[in-house]
Amino acid sequence: MKVDVAIIGAGVIGTYIARELSRYRLNTVIIEKENDIADGTTKANSAIVHAGYDAKIGSLKAKTNVLGNQLYEELCRELDVPFKRIGSLVVAFSNEEMETLEELLEQGNKNGVPDLKILHKEELREMEPNLSEDVTAALYAPTAGVVGPFELAVALAENAADNGVEILLNSPVTSIDKKDDGYNIIAGTHNIDAKYVINCAGLYADEINNMVNKPYFEIIPNRGQYHLFDKSTGNFVNKIVFQCPTKVGKGVLVLPTVHGNILIGPTAENTEDKEAHETTGEGFAFLREKAEKVVKDFPYYKVITSFSGLRAKTATGDFIIEEVKESKGFINVAAIDSPGLSAAPAIGNMVVDILMETAGGIEENKNFNPKRKAFKPFSELAMEEKKQLIDKDPRYGRIICRCEQITEGEIVDVVNRRAGASTLDAVKRRARAGMGRCQGGFCGPRVMEIIARELNMDIADIVKDRPDAYILTGPTKASKTKIDTLAAATKEE
Amino acid sequence: MLNYDIVVIGGGPAGLAAAIEAKNNGVNRILVIERDRELGGILQQCIHNGFGLHIFKEELTGPEYAERFIEELLEMGIEYKLDTMVLDVSSDKVIYAMNTTEGILNIQAKAIVLAMGCRERTRGAINIPGTRPAGIFTAGTAQRFVNMEGYMVGKKVVILGSGDIGLIMARRMTLEGAEVKAVVELMPYSGGLTRNIVQCLDDYNIPLFLSHTITNIKGKSRIEEVTVAKVDENRRPIPGTEKVFDCDTLLLSVGLIPENELSQNAGVQIHPLTGGPIVNESMETSIGGIFACGNVLHVHDLVDWVTEESRRAGKNAARYVKDELVYNGAAIKTETGYGVRYIVPQEVRVENIEDNLQLMMRVSDVYRSAKMVIKLDDEVYKKIKKNHLAPAEMESVNIPVKDLINKDFKTITVALEVEEG
Repeated sequence: MKVDVAIIGAGVIGTYIARELSRYRLNTVIIEKENDIADGTTKANSAIVHAGYDAKIGSLKAKTNVLGNQLYEELCRELDVPFKRIGSLVVAFSNEEMETLEELLEQGNKNGVPDLKILHKEELREMEPNLSEDVTAALYAPTAGVVGPFELAVALAENAADNGVEILLNSPVTSIDKKDDGYNIIAGTHNIDAKYVINCAGLYADEINNMVNKPYFEIIPNRGQYHLFDKSTGNFVNKIVFQCPTKVGKGVLVLPTVHGNILIGPTAENTEDKEAHETTGEGFAFLREKAEKVVKDFPYYKVITSFSGLRAKTATGDFIIEEVKESKGFINVAAIDSPGLSAAPAIGNMVVDILMETAGGIEENKNFNPKRKAFKPFSELAMEEKKQLIDKDPRYGRIICRCEQITEGEIVDVVNRRAGASTLDAVKRRARAGMGRCQGGFCGPRVMEIIARELNMDIADIVKDRPDAYILTGPTKASKTKIDTLAAATKEE
Repeated sequence: MLNYDIVVIGGGPAGLAAAIEAKNNGVNRILVIERDRELGGILQQCIHNGFGLHIFKEELTGPEYAERFIEELLEMGIEYKLDTMVLDVSSDKVIYAMNTTEGILNIQAKAIVLAMGCRERTRGAINIPGTRPAGIFTAGTAQRFVNMEGYMVGKKVVILGSGDIGLIMARRMTLEGAEVKAVVELMPYSGGLTRNIVQCLDDYNIPLFLSHTITNIKGKSRIEEVTVAKVDENRRPIPGTEKVFDCDTLLLSVGLIPENELSQNAGVQIHPLTGGPIVNESMETSIGGIFACGNVLHVHDLVDWVTEESRRAGKNAARYVKDELVYNGAAIKTETGYGVRYIVPQEVRVENIEDNLQLMMRVSDVYRSAKMVIKLDDEVYKKIKKNHLAPAEMESVNIPVKDLINKDFKTITVALEVEEG
């Protein structure tokens, strides 16, 4: 296959860049090693759009975070992605931490973060009645928000695909060769000639870089563990509550997600293993201890699941966004750890600028459509809209996931869209079926049935996430007898 | 807006019995709303026998037990809607529901019976660390796959929790050719009925590890192994006692949780220990005219008790509609003493009891040779000798109404007197 641009990695960075490039007359392909969009760091993080006060003045992180934050409203409106600008608080427990708040305020002001202010005890109590009595003050950043990160990446991929970008899943890149007029990439069963390569490979960005260029950075996986709580806890805090940052990170947060759960996390643990996705007893104990410092009497027993994600850190601590000097047309977008999600739109725009400059004379795609096919959860529709939708398609009248009240219509929709869902987890991330308190106990079998029916697959071939994450191991004795009898009868006929 | 005298939410054993009994008591406009594709609830996937020993004096399978009630319901001409989900219930008894054929439904009921059942506690809720591979199922979900969909879920199985569904599934998986390597139970006693331990584990030589838990799960795509460790008296894993089981499946039978999201939205008060509504002698919740029965009220060990309790709820919903329930403000509280975890009902209005007050309860530990002491205010009313008491088995106590009426009691207390430590 011959393309203009090959983007390696279908996380939020890769999909954002793909969608931006689809505004131009370019053949673009996204190459992803996993079997879905947003399967790496994008699927497991704090799901926050940071205000931008905690990045070092003058750093790429500071610049892209503040800019990226400003771009979120319109982006999420265009793509029907859930985003709420709920604001954040960094809380202080002592005079020493109060000084940290002052420093953050000053840094934030210099970074260009709007409307920062320090709140004292009474104002704070009014805003967040469940905060611990020991909190003395907080830095309030009204521009911080929460977003659905995988929903965003999926929407970007879908819109990019609508505008002509090709997406290759299950295609791990195994080699990249520099040619006179670009690069040859072997990825799974694909052989791709690309004029430009954009490396958004997340945890593996160093390995991708090293296939072509001198090694000049190393990605250090850093694990963050989280607890997610039942929606009945969703009002426990109204804003993203941070503790004062330390050398190892921004500390443990307590926040309401965009869907109204409470999320507590993350830990910050360096690991050697880029696949170290497990949670640990030590991690859980650490989270609880830290969270209990900030919120009093939190109903911990309402946890519904725990997970971990890996940050793609590097030693310098800043993002790497550049065309590699020795390799024209090879752009690294690497070490995108926090605040990578917040900065994603600005990072993407920067990459597009770099590409435009290096390529030169690229024409606009006049047919670019920034909107995707409307995507709104059924439960959020007005009563009249619900009635009309069920009239048009009765499958919207059937609830499949009780906990999140997701209808069959929505599941069928996410399976059949471009960049659609073909696994249980892919449906969960797009339509939220299985995301609630029973964790798919009731709806799992029904969702598998729908995927199998829509994609004309055998239900036993439906996987949880990875291609070998099988769920069923074959028919029971009784149903095997039934199958054999049927087969024998057919043969006789 | 549709209008009914009684709407029963849930068409499992509780809802069926309540609807039938309401009709038997002279109410005609009754509607049963069921979210699944058929009536019968979870009984439809319980293809083993052992149901109905108390109610029918014979051993039935789950579907057979359900069928008796379904047939009766059909014969009586009670209306029902399948594949219909109730999305909201208001305190003034308006039900908002939805299905594919009628779209959005608004139903005004004079009385409501909550019979939504329960859900299973998950891996996430008990916080087992490790990876998140495929192959981890709650026992009930696995049971649905095997018995309803006709698919096996694994070959080498470890089961965490010795609740009844877990025990039943240990046998079911074995009969289907899987190797069940262990049943692991956190507590020093089983969470299931003794007969299930014998018939499902002992008969198949499946080891039960009491006072053990799972401390880690490994496997990137499909589960590959679990680490099992012994726990101390505070249920904390003891370092150095870890054993690793190589498996491709982990089934969880670690508790059931009454599904009360609808009840709570309506404003019904929930009891912290049962997880179900606080009810009175008539199975009526804190909102007059909203009744609850079955596993949505408290988790039962036997469906027979569900039937009995639900008949009471159905009958009293009918009495409510006919304005026959007495509300004079006076109520006796039931209180738990030593060794008793909870008692249902929590409140008793003596005037509404026809012959006996039945108290259903669970004890908090395993006790051998104990006495159940029932007190009316401070006076000991009765002591009942019990050779064996266990949290897995529900206990009930009957008090004839003649012993309660016109006595002005404030409390009924049930406590245990344990002879040996």
